Amino acid sequence: MKDKTKKYSLFAGFIVILLLLISLPSYASSYRVIFVTNILMYVILTLSWVIFSGPTGYISLATAAFFGIGVYTSAVLSGTLSLPFVILIGALASFCLAFVVGSLTLRLRGMYFTMFTFALVQLISNFAHWYEVNVTGTVGRLVISLDSTIIYYSILVVFCLVLLASYFIKRSKFGLALQSIGESEEAAAHSGINVTLVKVTTFAISAFFMGAVGAVMTMRWTYVDPPTAFDIRLSFMPLLMAIFGGMGNLFSPIIGSSIFAYLEEILTTKFPYYYMLLFGGAMLLVIVFMPHGIEGVFRKFQKNNKQESAKKT
Amino acid sequence: MKILDVQGLKKKFGGLTATANVNFNIEQGEIVGLIGPNGAGKTTLFNLISGAITPDSGVITFKGKNIAGLKPYRICREGIARTFQSVKIFAKMSVFNHILIGYLFGDHKNKASGSSSEEVAKILDFVRLSGMSESRAGDLTLANQKRLEVARALATQPELLLLDEVMAGLNPTEVAETMELVRKIREKGITVIMIEHVMKAIMEICDRVIVLHHGEKLAEGKPEEITQNKSVIEVYLGDSACLPSET
Repeated sequence: MKDKTKKYSLFAGFIVILLLLISLPSYASSYRVIFVTNILMYVILTLSWVIFSGPTGYISLATAAFFGIGVYTSAVLSGTLSLPFVILIGALASFCLAFVVGSLTLRLRGMYFTMFTFALVQLISNFAHWYEVNVTGTVGRLVISLDSTIIYYSILVVFCLVLLASYFIKRSKFGLALQSIGESEEAAAHSGINVTLVKVTTFAISAFFMGAVGAVMTMRWTYVDPPTAFDIRLSFMPLLMAIFGGMGNLFSPIIGSSIFAYLEEILTTKFPYYYMLLFGGAMLLVIVFMPHGIEGVFRKFQKNNKQESAKKT
Repeated sequence: MKILDVQGLKKKFGGLTATANVNFNIEQGEIVGLIGPNGAGKTTLFNLISGAITPDSGVITFKGKNIAGLKPYRICREGIARTFQSVKIFAKMSVFNHILIGYLFGDHKNKASGSSSEEVAKILDFVRLSGMSESRAGDLTLANQKRLEVARALATQPELLLLDEVMAGLNPTEVAETMELVRKIREKGITVIMIEHVMKAIMEICDRVIVLHHGEKLAEGKPEEITQNKSVIEVYLGDSACLPSET
């Protein structure tokens, strides 16, 4: 009974936040809208990263590659197709790449998989650069940028989709399989789970959303070249944000990445020279004092409360 | 009726021959014990049958179909389930979900009519873990974790069950309970091959024993015959002192 009311209030709270987000452009300045767009971008990247890496424990650093594929697809198609199609094609391109790469590399485990995904970003970035120089004879591409409100709403739609996807994957038979793979791949395989297929598909689904964000975010810029499209920082951010927030439920990574992205934005604008220093310091404190992220702190707090009330009665 | 037929099975790890030309077959409904000294290739044989590793050569026929080299999940769905020497459970997952996974992913053909949670409850009841349905698997005792592994394997609705040292590390009461469980499994019509070092269990519940040594079959026969076999005593059982039958 208590669980149910808790569930409903969480749901209601979420609807309120969603309504606030939908009406944002009507009451906030365009600076604020762009600000929130940026935060949502990180939230989506983190959520999609968690879809795969959360349950399986495979630490992927390929986020920037899939984001970049979205960016590049969108830059190439810019002005030729309507926005939803551009986003869809960008997302599908990332999906396909992840599927192929996943089939080849998801037999690697632990450190080796992480290193490979890291190298993948460099490989694709350099390939794009080589292609531009040798084939198209340029170093980048011009993009027809769009109004910030349109970009904001596109991001909001992608956010809702990734949230729904995460929710349904978590609750499904598929999610159960993913969780078991994270615990023991061997046991999962001998229980009848097609481990490779489940891993590769999830990896591709997570890349799908990364590509979608990339395709949308391209429209902010007027010019795209490989180093901006395949920014390696975007590989590390979702990982750090997920650790910061926790991965036990859907809310933790959202809260974690929102706070993290907010901090980053504030620090870069207020302290442009000390930003990295402050950020590094904050990160260290988090790792030392909050090993399980915000979620861990919250749980501890809950536990203490329970013990206190138990003492009183 | 032969349910499993293994012919000329060979597997090398580099220069080490783990199994060399192993031949045997298993009748439907039997409980067969697989014994032998450490490194004899018992677990390798299980890994080959269950698809964890692919044989270099040889044929494994299960219900008339060659399954050598198939992926583990395929072999599981064909009807061969297994447990592991060192328990491999999903530590953070609930007992209930373990069984549910086995049930959902194991078999596609013989799904029972009841809802999945009813089926899970039945299996939990069968292995006597009913009270622990919501416990985290990692919090269970070793004996219960081993039961859980058996239950997960059973949930895939196998026709052949491979038990890899389910009794190792258990106390005498738990061993007795597990022996009872294995008997009950056979009564359900499931064929069992078990690797075991607990000779008491082998003697009491196995219909037949296969002895492996250096990756080859050293002997095969009824438990009583095996304990009399000179070469088996030499390589595995040791002196007659431990065998009450030789007075």
